[in-house]
Amino acid sequence: MSVPILKQGDYLIASVQSELSDADLLKLRDDLVSRVGEFRSRGVIVDVTILDVMDSFATRTLRSMAHMIMLRGAKTVIVGIQPEVAFSMVQLGLKLESVATALDLEEGLALLDSQTKGDTRRG
Amino acid sequence: MAEENCIPINSEIDIVTARQKGRAMAAQLGFSSTELTLIATAISEIARNIVEYAREGEISLSIAHEGDKQGIVVMGCDNGPGIPDIKLAMQDGYSTGKSLGLGLPGAKRLMDEFEIVSEVGRGTKVTMKKWVQNHAR
Amino acid sequence: MKKEKTNEQANKSSAELRQELVDHFREKRELLRQQWVQHMTAKGLLAGLTREDIETESITIYDTCIVCLETGEYDGARTYAMRMAERGVLRGMSTEQIIGGLLTLRDVYGRSLFERYQHDMERLSSALDIYEPVANKILSIVALAFVAEREKIVRQQQEAIRELSTPVLQVRDQMLILPIIGVIDTHRARQLTEQLLRTIRTSRAKVVVIDITGVPGVDSKVANHLVQTVDASQLMGATVIVTGISPEIAQTLVTLGVDLTKMNTVGDLQGGIEEADHLLGYRVVREEPGNGFIHNKKV
Repeated sequence: MSVPILKQGDYLIASVQSELSDADLLKLRDDLVSRVGEFRSRGVIVDVTILDVMDSFATRTLRSMAHMIMLRGAKTVIVGIQPEVAFSMVQLGLKLESVATALDLEEGLALLDSQTKGDTRRG
Repeated sequence: MAEENCIPINSEIDIVTARQKGRAMAAQLGFSSTELTLIATAISEIARNIVEYAREGEISLSIAHEGDKQGIVVMGCDNGPGIPDIKLAMQDGYSTGKSLGLGLPGAKRLMDEFEIVSEVGRGTKVTMKKWVQNHAR
Repeated sequence: MKKEKTNEQANKSSAELRQELVDHFREKRELLRQQWVQHMTAKGLLAGLTREDIETESITIYDTCIVCLETGEYDGARTYAMRMAERGVLRGMSTEQIIGGLLTLRDVYGRSLFERYQHDMERLSSALDIYEPVANKILSIVALAFVAEREKIVRQQQEAIRELSTPVLQVRDQMLILPIIGVIDTHRARQLTEQLLRTIRTSRAKVVVIDITGVPGVDSKVANHLVQTVDASQLMGATVIVTGISPEIAQTLVTLGVDLTKMNTVGDLQGGIEEADHLLGYRVVREEPGNGFIHNKKV
């Protein structure tokens, strides 16, 4: 099942609606990386609240996606990682490293607002 | 071992099926929600290993009893190329594929017991167990 | 053929003797039971029990033992031992009291057998062969029940201590404090992390101050747990500040080569809270110097 991507102002919001297969994840990555340019977005939020498993592949894909989006000139925030999932990820040894995270969509938006404040691309 | 559940792993979509079935079975055994996530993630990792290196294989789930302990047994089998150096494969960060190299050692950390047998050219068999903690909660 | 016959005979006579013993103990029930109670009182094993308790308990134990001897089945003894262990431990009865009581009963039974068969040594020896394994089995059942009960209680208490010793406190909006006191092992570290992560979710915290002033020592395992807790909190969007790292722990961490570069550390809890305030954009201003002083004095 593919993930719907919404455009809200300068941001793109992708909220995952069901468990994702590897192919779904790769498609989400490709979609977001291309749309960031299309819409000239300054920030991307990926909401993973629904996911009850984030294995090494999912983590790696999200991480590489964030790096690609950064190269395209936008910031990425992953929001909604569940306590159990966060615990399991660190046990597994997985890290998102430089990728920003926030509690939920609301916090993610606030984080992007504060980080893109100085961005004068559109005044 | 009363109940047994076998999931053929032929493509990456089966990884999701395997971990969902594993989670459901573990939930019936009374694992906590954190433990359910650990189990599902470990299943995901070994299923992915099958897809990545052997292309096809199977994951079987069963219930284990030991004394008054109860637990889940996850077995992953394939007839793939096998692992020449298990010690090396169990090291963090080692990978011959395109992954992070955390799959097998990571799965081992998530479970209580972990055993791997592999023969080059014949295949690999991973057996992992997790016991239900009988705490007061 | 011949051997079978003698075996059969032996079995038959053994069954007869067993019944004889059972009848003997039933017949002398009142007498032997009273003797038993007297011996126990003399040894001080019945301290803290009421007369009624002594009556009902001694009758039940006496009869249960005879049933075991008669049927060779120990389910009754097992059930009773478990119940007794539960109540005994609750009432603060010591294991010595229970085991001592049973040893006394064994002596009372044994002595009455000596008395009865003292002129027929062979029969006495056969009687003891039947009686002793039963007595020993009952004793081991009771002892095991007590040990199991103790272990259960120890487990429950450990669990309770663990729950108590990891409070996650909210000090301000979006700020949590986790003071860790005592030794951290893998189990506790897991529990602590799980609890912290859940609280971050429910209280929507953005900054967490973990104070380890009360942690006596750190090894590489504990250090890794700490790093994991910090990483997991980060994944949920919360920043962690670690405070109270003692000179010894600082030295250990550096010697172990644990990578703490990504960890926020501040000297003490006060400094940690100040830093957290700063991160959250709070400014704590003292209104008037005098006010606080008087207020504090009143309290």
